Amino acid sequence: MQQLVEDLMSGSRRAAARLISLVENDAPLKRELLKEIFPHTGKAYVIGVTGAPGSGKSSLVDCLLQQMRADDLKIGVIGVDPTSPFSGGAILGDRIRMQEHALDRDIFIRSMGTRGSLGGLARATREAIQVLDAFGKDVVLIETVGVGQSEVDIVRTADSTMVVLTPAGGDSVQTIKAGIMEIADIFVINKADLPGAERTATEINMMLDMKESDQWRPPVLSAVSVRSEGIGAVWDCLKDHRRFMEESGRLMEIRRERVRRELTEQVEYLVKNRIWDQVKEQIELESLLEKIVLRREDPYSAAYELLEQINFYSEG
Amino acid sequence: MSSRKIRVLVAKPGLDGHDRGVKVVARGLRDAGMEVIYTGLHQTPQQVAETALQEDVDVVGLSILSGAHMTLAPRIKELLCENGMEDVLLLVGGIIPEGDREKLLSAGHADQVFTPGDPLDKITAYIFNQFQESTSS
Ligand SMILES: Nc1nc2c(ncn2[C@@H]2O[C@H](COP(=O)(O)OP(=O)(O)OP(=O)(O)O)[C@@H](O)[C@H]2O)c(=O)[nH]1
Ligand SMILES: [Mg+2]
Repeated sequence: MQQLVEDLMSGSRRAAARLISLVENDAPLKRELLKEIFPHTGKAYVIGVTGAPGSGKSSLVDCLLQQMRADDLKIGVIGVDPTSPFSGGAILGDRIRMQEHALDRDIFIRSMGTRGSLGGLARATREAIQVLDAFGKDVVLIETVGVGQSEVDIVRTADSTMVVLTPAGGDSVQTIKAGIMEIADIFVINKADLPGAERTATEINMMLDMKESDQWRPPVLSAVSVRSEGIGAVWDCLKDHRRFMEESGRLMEIRRERVRRELTEQVEYLVKNRIWDQVKEQIELESLLEKIVLRREDPYSAAYELLEQINFYSEG
Repeated sequence: MSSRKIRVLVAKPGLDGHDRGVKVVARGLRDAGMEVIYTGLHQTPQQVAETALQEDVDVVGLSILSGAHMTLAPRIKELLCENGMEDVLLLVGGIIPEGDREKLLSAGHADQVFTPGDPLDKITAYIFNQFQESTSS
């Protein structure tokens, strides 16, 4: 493992790929490993790309890669696609649109299945970002599953979030889930070659007008990804937003919040593990379960008694 | 708690433009619980090998209908080895004459060869068989 981390730091793409697999597979070494790379993280800027399935997220990312490479940035891309809840398998197809960058040594693209996570990202997306960050990527782009509704994870993970929409042919944007208004730092109306882009932009701007004014008003841009049109402006806005985040102190703020959440999660993880280890050691869980199933005991008292038996209360 | 999944790169190297069959295979592997990375048409051997590397796949499945399997498969095998991925299972699917099949297998340029008549189950069963030990825990 030490070797893998060293290889990562010296630029081995194979090591980066292996490390992402290890965190993704919840390898026993995972925590040790993340601990090892942590000092080398915190440099990458994370950009989230979300939007309904088929709206053109991957195509847009493909175009953005071109822009970013022109600025001489090293980039990591994580494309998330849904894992089938029935088979546990997945078809990961985001990189189809990005294959022209496959041989660029400064771009690293990785596909992930959600593996049961419901918030639009994969279970180990955050850990994968850490690996790419330590690997020396300046920017990490995350393409979410694009369920369009419960994309909460991306805001908690990305420093800038871009929402990709398409011209609402006939329908009003009012039908767009309210949540999307809250998470976007930038709106991109992709497929602007199709009718209705103008109107969609107007409607989003009206919805933004109704929102409480903020220091940052999300710009609404149009693009045609399949023809690489409008991409320069999208990249400029992303850079503007980054500058805003940095200069306003907002970036420090959200990163602090993120650290707080992560620390809380880690503590809860450790506490939970410790308790369950003790429970498993000291208590015959199966017979207790049996009693509850047979309605001889209720789960509420059982939980309480269980903790009492391992002296959870007396120690505190 | 380890939760490994078999990752498969399904690629179409070379010039032929038929991807119906390969998409059926991709869906079949997904339905068998694997993570399938599909990269679209016209991939160069370099693209296939580099994608296999970045995605850290366990299996590379090549669909070759153009007749160029005797050059493409050995080249991709060679590039995979250069990347330190000699352990990756390399499968070739397509219209492969019996003689070529034997050559590919005996030279180690492919671990297994499938033809369009082979049922999907045969492919998934073959893959599961190869990874039995490492995934059963
Ligand atoms: N007309 C038009 N089609 C586009 C444009 N951008 C993308 N498309 C097409 O839209 C389809 C979906 O594009 P993707 O980039 O795969 O969309 P996505 O949002 O990544 O899709 P998922 O990852 O499956 O949710 C493809 O067929 C693209 O060719 C555009 O600007 N105009
Ligand atoms: Mg996509």
